[in-house]
Amino acid sequence: MENTIKVIVFQLHNEQYGVNIQQVRSIEKLLNVTPVPGTADFIKGVINLRGDITPIIDLKDRLQIGKTEYTDHTRVLIINIESIQMGLIVDNATDVLDIEQSIIDAPPEVIGGVTEEYLSGVAKIDDRLLILLDLERILNFQELNEVEKAAAKQL
Amino acid sequence: MDTMEYIDMFLDESREHLQAVNDHLLVLEKNPSEVSLVNEIFRSAHTLKGMAATMQFEDIASLTHQMENVLDLIRNEKLSVTTEVIDITFEAVESLEKMVEDISRDGTGKKDVSHLVSRLEQIEKGSSPETNNPAQKQPPSSASFDISLDEYQGTVVNQAKEQGYQAIQLNISLKEDCVLKAARVFMVFEVLEEAGEVIKAVPSVEELEQEEFDRNFSVILLTEEKKEVVLEKILKVSEVEEVTTASFTPAKEESENSEKTSNESESENESAEQSQQRSSKTIRVNLERIDGLMNLFEEMVIDRGRLEDLSQKIGNKDLSETVEHLARISQDMQGMMLTMRMVPVEQVFNRFPRMVRGLAKDLNKEIELEIIGAETELDRTVVDEIGDPLVHLIRNSIDHGIETPEKRKEQGKTEAGTLTLRAYHSGNSVFIEIEDDGAGINREKVMDKAIANGLLTRDRAEQLTKDKIENLIFSSGFSTAETVSDISGRGVGLDVVRSKIESLGGQIAVESEPGRGSKFSIQLPLTLSILSVLLVKVADEIYGVPLSSIEETVLLNKEHIKYIQKNPVMDFRGKVIPVVSLAEILNTPGNEAADSSVKPVVVVKKGEKMAGLVVDSFIGQKEVVLKSLGSYLQDIFAISGATILGDGGVSLIIDPNALIK
Repeated sequence: MENTIKVIVFQLHNEQYGVNIQQVRSIEKLLNVTPVPGTADFIKGVINLRGDITPIIDLKDRLQIGKTEYTDHTRVLIINIESIQMGLIVDNATDVLDIEQSIIDAPPEVIGGVTEEYLSGVAKIDDRLLILLDLERILNFQELNEVEKAAAKQL
Repeated sequence: MDTMEYIDMFLDESREHLQAVNDHLLVLEKNPSEVSLVNEIFRSAHTLKGMAATMQFEDIASLTHQMENVLDLIRNEKLSVTTEVIDITFEAVESLEKMVEDISRDGTGKKDVSHLVSRLEQIEKGSSPETNNPAQKQPPSSASFDISLDEYQGTVVNQAKEQGYQAIQLNISLKEDCVLKAARVFMVFEVLEEAGEVIKAVPSVEELEQEEFDRNFSVILLTEEKKEVVLEKILKVSEVEEVTTASFTPAKEESENSEKTSNESESENESAEQSQQRSSKTIRVNLERIDGLMNLFEEMVIDRGRLEDLSQKIGNKDLSETVEHLARISQDMQGMMLTMRMVPVEQVFNRFPRMVRGLAKDLNKEIELEIIGAETELDRTVVDEIGDPLVHLIRNSIDHGIETPEKRKEQGKTEAGTLTLRAYHSGNSVFIEIEDDGAGINREKVMDKAIANGLLTRDRAEQLTKDKIENLIFSSGFSTAETVSDISGRGVGLDVVRSKIESLGGQIAVESEPGRGSKFSIQLPLTLSILSVLLVKVADEIYGVPLSSIEETVLLNKEHIKYIQKNPVMDFRGKVIPVVSLAEILNTPGNEAADSSVKPVVVVKKGEKMAGLVVDSFIGQKEVVLKSLGSYLQDIFAISGATILGDGGVSLIIDPNALIK
């Protein structure tokens, strides 16, 4: 069992992505989001998650592969990384899978339009391709603050 | 022994004792003859040593031990209180504090204290000639040391005597040309250990091993053998010149002394017990628990809001009465909870006397520190955060404000500058003021500097009022001291102070009179977590504006908006103030109410300055729990946090301070 990881599988466009289940606190339906002015575009705002103010970002927008159109399947993955809690808007959260470490390959340079820096690997399961995201990289908020500042300057 | 569970207690108590040592030392410096103070310090150091040894923090234990030795000499009047002694003790306390802090950050509490220990030892030794007077009376060749035993050793000697051993004092002199003194000592000791037990050596064994003695030393030996036999054996060791013996009886005086000390320690115990009894009305509660309670209470406040909403909708009289009652009770609870989190600002102020003393010494200035209102209470979070900014301001006042004694004399001031630290409550705020009677702020210099640094142009500078100029020093990249000193930093100072205070929801301002001194005043909110806001609607969103910064709300007729250089302004009680649209600032889409002829305006203030915020409608006043947006969303313009409303939705809280420039 040491060599397998559990991942939550979700969809962005038609690609399947995975994140380590350890980092996911819950999966929520999209509640009413309060927009926060003066932040980057991909930050959709904040929600009240059982008393915690939780920022929500549009994962597609963050990965620069378009924007999410909200449907009934739209879900929010609530993730916890190093005391930061936040929600990622995804198209659909479908599955939980056990993946053996051995079938995870290093990410190719660009996959599904997502640049390599945000990926931690690619797993091939049967004929499916599962892209594993590097959440820490995605949430690197120092970089993010820079993005914010850039956004603020434009205002 | 697993000591981890006691670590918090150890840390708390260590800090208390260090603080006590600190306070008493400062008083002692002014009244060097006050023996009771030395006793207090000794007691604290002693307790610290005991605790540290139990917790296996050896460096702390060894340093306190050495401190204790020196203090013991002082309290037995064998050493007088000099500046040197005070200085080194302060240094030791500082190191101890560092070690304790290190432990609190899960460190090992290790620190190289050998330097301090040896300096303390030197002080201790420096006084030894006094204690060893008799040695000088005897001819140098057979010099002996007057050996005094401590309580424990005294008991050992007495017991040994009862069992038929005898105690012999041996005064041994090595030959003048002896090269390997340590080796000879070693050989002598070998002989001695064979014959019996050495219970005391003067100088100490360590010193002997390090050859830190002239050529005489004395030991007390417990042995069954006869004096002569031992004597002979020692003389067989080469390079031993002379050995004299005397049977040793612990002096009566000594035993009296030891009785005295034991009495003292008893009374120490008693007083410790008493103080424990006295403090039994308070309990130590882990801050985490109070925070936990506070969090739960915040949740309840949110639910209370929800209930209020519901009961209004349902309109049942009984229900509304119950909800109202609940609201009142929770209001009281909130008050109580807040006072639980309140701590006297003393906790921060405490460290300043020593700091000021140290800085004054370093800079060759004379400074009287006056602390007023140390008992003023503030929210724990604020107290934790306010320390650094205050340190900075105080350093600033000492470094740049207060002049050297010579200069002060020239200007007809007293040689010693006065630094006043004042805290007091006023309304819903706490004020902390730092006032000095130094040089004050040189406006010309500030202006030149600001222009040089590109903060403003010459033309603009001419128009600035004196207030504005003084407050320029809070701009970033500013330092007026001609030379950068390591006391007050490198000009990254005051703007950091300002942003820190603003992040605490406070404000800072400075008043100054050239040649007379300057006064920094900091205004801080009593508490951070629960605040009263006015809820307003802008587009589809509800925002909260803190009541503390609202001057008034008005309905403004559209025609009353005037323009100055295309910037909208309004007339508010005879003052012209700028008008800004909150919708524009927040960049919220769909501003429907824009066309209506009467606009609701919230007039907010920051110090003397005011501004009107145009909103779509007022909703009402509400007590809300301020929640942070988290570290992911930092430094968002004009937003200080968020809150959860009765319906479960999130509202953002506006930070009016950011809107008024």
